[in-house]
Amino acid sequence: MRQTVRYSFRASLPVMAGYVVLGMGFGILFQSRGYGWWWSFLMSLTVYAGSMQYVAIDLISGGASLITTALMTLMVNIRHLFYGITMLDKYKETGAEKPYLIFALTDETFSLVCSPELPDEVDRRRYYLLVSLFNQFYWVAGSTLGGILGSALTFDTQGIDFSMTALFVVIFVEQWEKTKNHLAAVVGLAVSVICLLMFGADRFLIPSMLGITAALFLLKPWTAEKGA
Amino acid sequence: MGEHLRVLGMIAVVALVTAGIRFLPFLLFRKKTPGAVLYLGQVLPYSIMAMLIVYCLRGVSFTGGTHGIPEAVAVTAVVLLHKWKHSTLLSILGGTVLYMALVQLL
Repeated sequence: MRQTVRYSFRASLPVMAGYVVLGMGFGILFQSRGYGWWWSFLMSLTVYAGSMQYVAIDLISGGASLITTALMTLMVNIRHLFYGITMLDKYKETGAEKPYLIFALTDETFSLVCSPELPDEVDRRRYYLLVSLFNQFYWVAGSTLGGILGSALTFDTQGIDFSMTALFVVIFVEQWEKTKNHLAAVVGLAVSVICLLMFGADRFLIPSMLGITAALFLLKPWTAEKGA
Repeated sequence: MGEHLRVLGMIAVVALVTAGIRFLPFLLFRKKTPGAVLYLGQVLPYSIMAMLIVYCLRGVSFTGGTHGIPEAVAVTAVVLLHKWKHSTLLSILGGTVLYMALVQLL
């Protein structure tokens, strides 16, 4: 049990860095639009979706309609469908904590629970739950703190959002090194860039996801790799 | 009070749609997971991580502003740092600090 806690905590450390920084950024931004720390706290507790919460700041302070809000959430978060599909099997053996595990399946939590190998002494079910709880704690704490500190910060935070990009690049490099067949990664990169050029920054996400899915099925004979 | 209710309503919509997306696969494929879905589950993580990187960099303009130089330099730095030390924390912090310095100075 102690080994599982220690292993889970260590695994979550990189996410701690990313979430505290990104969460604080969210809290600071929300506060600067006139919404105090309790709003950041509430949203991080109930929504718990990093990039969407940033988008929601614009929607809320801009007075968007509920329908626009729902559609925007659908577009920004639809990629989470794939995380669920990936975790169907692994989460099958979990119990009462399963609804929370599903609710808490963010980009970063997914990157920690989708990894295939865990040491023998680590309890898989406990690892899933602990990592999910640790991560949401970092996110809620960071965004609440950001809301409290808000305007008190004196240094220029421009560019701080790059931490999210850096995290995804790190995961990409790790995945690349773990596999021999890189076709799926290349497909993801190529299709996304092509769709970005064709449809523009605001509309490329959905075509990319459709294109990637189609390409992966077409290329199925070549993407197969044992343990990939 | 009206403003509070409006914001509460919007947060509720974002929360419900997000949770709905996360729960949908588990509700749809409760009994038996189709082979095609299992296949996607195996290969998609690799493609999606690449897509998320493109998503993060979607606003970069190569023709105006800083021509995407800070982004290119910082992403390269993250890759090199990570290849070198394999410390996620160092790679993210190093890349982010470098990027912040570049966009604030250029």
